[in-house]
Amino acid sequence: MTQYDVAIIGSGPGGYVSAIRCAQLGFKTAVIEKYNTLGGTCLNVGCIPSKALLDSTEHYHNAKTTFQKHGIQLENLKVDFTQMIKRKNEVVKQTCDGVSFLMKKNKIDVLTGVGSFVNAKTISIQNDKGEKQEIEAKHIIIATGSKPASLPNIVIDKERIISSTEALALKEIPKEMIVIGGGVIGCEMASVYARIGTKVRIVEYLPNLIPTMDKDLSKELERVMRKLGVEMHLGFKVKEVMRVDNEVMVSAEDAEGKMHDWSADYCLMAVGRKPFTENLGLEKAGLKTDEKGRITVNENLQTSVENIYAIGDVVRGAMLAHKAEEEGVFVAEFLAGQKPHINYNLIPGVVYTWPEVAAVGNTEEELIKNKTPFKKGSFPFRASGRARASMDLDGFVKILAHAETDEILGVHMIGPRMADLIMEAVVAMEYRASAEDISRMSHPHPTFSEAFREACLAATENRALHI
Amino acid sequence: MIIEIKVPVVGETINEVTLAKWLKKDGDLVHRDEILCEFESEKATFELSAEQAGKLSVVATDKAVLKIGEVVARIDTSILPEEKKEESKRVDTKTEIPKTETTQPIPVLSVEKTETIVEKNYATGTPSPAAAKMIRESGVEINSGSGKSGRITKADILAAIKNPKHKPETQLETQNPKLETGFTKLGTRLERREQMSSLRKAVSKHLVTAKNQTAMLTTFNEVDMKPIMDIRNQFKDAFKEKHGVNLGFMSFFAKAVCNALQEFPAVNASLDGDEIIYHDYCDISIAVSTPKGLVVPVIRNAESLSMVEIEMKVAELAKKGRDNKLSLEEMTGGTFTISNGGVFGSLMSTPIINIPQVAILGMHKIQERPIALNGQVVIRPMMYLALSYDHRMIDGKESVTFLVRIKEQLENPSHLLFGQDPMKYLLDL
Repeated sequence: MTQYDVAIIGSGPGGYVSAIRCAQLGFKTAVIEKYNTLGGTCLNVGCIPSKALLDSTEHYHNAKTTFQKHGIQLENLKVDFTQMIKRKNEVVKQTCDGVSFLMKKNKIDVLTGVGSFVNAKTISIQNDKGEKQEIEAKHIIIATGSKPASLPNIVIDKERIISSTEALALKEIPKEMIVIGGGVIGCEMASVYARIGTKVRIVEYLPNLIPTMDKDLSKELERVMRKLGVEMHLGFKVKEVMRVDNEVMVSAEDAEGKMHDWSADYCLMAVGRKPFTENLGLEKAGLKTDEKGRITVNENLQTSVENIYAIGDVVRGAMLAHKAEEEGVFVAEFLAGQKPHINYNLIPGVVYTWPEVAAVGNTEEELIKNKTPFKKGSFPFRASGRARASMDLDGFVKILAHAETDEILGVHMIGPRMADLIMEAVVAMEYRASAEDISRMSHPHPTFSEAFREACLAATENRALHI
Repeated sequence: MIIEIKVPVVGETINEVTLAKWLKKDGDLVHRDEILCEFESEKATFELSAEQAGKLSVVATDKAVLKIGEVVARIDTSILPEEKKEESKRVDTKTEIPKTETTQPIPVLSVEKTETIVEKNYATGTPSPAAAKMIRESGVEINSGSGKSGRITKADILAAIKNPKHKPETQLETQNPKLETGFTKLGTRLERREQMSSLRKAVSKHLVTAKNQTAMLTTFNEVDMKPIMDIRNQFKDAFKEKHGVNLGFMSFFAKAVCNALQEFPAVNASLDGDEIIYHDYCDISIAVSTPKGLVVPVIRNAESLSMVEIEMKVAELAKKGRDNKLSLEEMTGGTFTISNGGVFGSLMSTPIINIPQVAILGMHKIQERPIALNGQVVIRPMMYLALSYDHRMIDGKESVTFLVRIKEQLENPSHLLFGQDPMKYLLDL
């Protein structure tokens, strides 16, 4: 039986990053992956393919709606959806190959097959030909991630009632699509298809889109989605989803208790994801999951069994690739006797609609609830020269700072390239910068980042310069 | 607004303090958190800083004895010091130094940095992410750094690890530049004069009193440390892993001392005038060397503590001592003192009793020496022990037997269990 210092089950962004860090720290490391490609949900059916389609469809959308104004004449503009999906597949393949290369470079053994515990130190791996092998590891990291969740009594048939996985690999452009769930995945997929002509409805149980984020972001995103032609039914409770031939019927109840029925050729279930631990044989290692199916871990991501750790979507916290990566590095360093730390409050959240939505730290609602005295400043992109030049006038940057110390407590932005701009906020907040600190740093002109500084000026003492 | 600056509460047993020295003059414009004056209490000195910036008016005079809560000074916060003024004042103190310290070689003064004074704020002492990890790993104690508003940078920690005494050139330091000691130039005939610190003054008074008012003498013995060292070598890794502190010698000595003190209550007593106070508990003072001088924090009820608890307590007190964070409470009391001159290499010494206690044990350096054992010359790790005691209170027989008892326990560690041979104990012999 091969012996390892660390064996990692799952090769998603949590698992493979952890493997690399383990190898860097001198551990003999193995990664176990049931699929033939590495990278997990993120690379294969999540972050990367969705961004590929979001970019393709946004280009088309721009060509259709803004090129004429830019002075670009196009004839016979049309979508080649097959090519879009093909390009997406190429992007995915190259990225996954990149991970394989990284495993080789770091001398990490990749063991393909379903990994399951034999006991707390032994894992059996069965490949798709039914062949089994067993390995032993001093430390085991569970990084099995998550799967799309559904609602009770609604079965995802993967043909017409689909999850995000299928939505990234459709053969045709849906004529109509009902998206159940107005969170990050729902809004991104709604954007993809609305841009290329699908009539999209979003049905969300809570009264806002992206309900966990700051309400101002929700409101602006709702406005933008409406402009894109997406119909939104907020505060609606889905009662039934039924497939009839090639049609899906959805019934939902509004806040007043009135029933509404819609039909479409596709229905996307985007109600979140659930931790994935199937066939892992947790009980053989002496592990259990909590009521939400998550593996319980302590502050060091250690499970109830001393040598077993768990990271990423399968444990508490936001289901985000970058959170899983941080945790993967954390565990590797912890095993090496180092004392790393993760500041969970400063893990940014990003929605790749256009305009992009990004946020870090506390929302206004949280600060009110915690009774933290705060002041806010915001700056709209319609007052930004850079945004006018690129015709990206939707959105704003909003800064929440402590009323007394001026320390930045939350940054909420919706606008062009906010997914990248949010890093300025993360760096500032890691160093506990005040709004005035940012105001006193030179920001290049003309850039979208000036909006961040202007919002900080507004938060400091309401002295934005360009509004 | 005029605010009153009062003597703060410094400890339960302290009712009054002496104003040792004003560092600011009447009428000075002071910044917030600037040190105004130094107080001296029985056990330690402490500083009083300005709660607000403003113009200082001095109420209490130098050397005044003040009750807790008494007004020391007032600050008129309507008159604020200007940053520039502060700068120029700093220059003044700098130029003053050569005057009062005429003997100070000039090059040392040139280490002064140009500094801008930044107010402390909520972020002072916030480490950068990389610095935070290094702090956790190295255990470096650091309150503020050289970054913006006293943020701690990676460089601060690297410097602190490299040189534990290094203080980051924080922008918040308000003290005068530290004067370097040591010879900087060959063949120099220079010398310097410095005020004794209040702590040193207190220590010297205490020690002279002990010398003059007791009938102190010292008895010696030696211990073969091999059994203890063997135990330590066998268990130190497991001990460290399980308890997070090193297994040192102090727990063995403290245990042996507590057992012996229970057998000889006179050694654990203290004198109060003509009365003898016997203690049914062993509060062991341990002498710790700190940057400011010797302090003697106390391990309370050491007789009831396990060896693990003793090691943890020693580690905690030693760290606090080094960081000047010991509270007065932690330094008050004590029924017996252990002093370890061995850490500095002392082979033998006659420690001075920490009055009103009546005895003190001196530990020394462990050194390999040839000794005669069962008719053979063997090389063993040996330590001399010294017990200084007040002969008014303790007879020669008691003190010598006390020390012998400690030696026996250390050479036969199983005796540490009951203070004597465990078999004899079980058989009630």
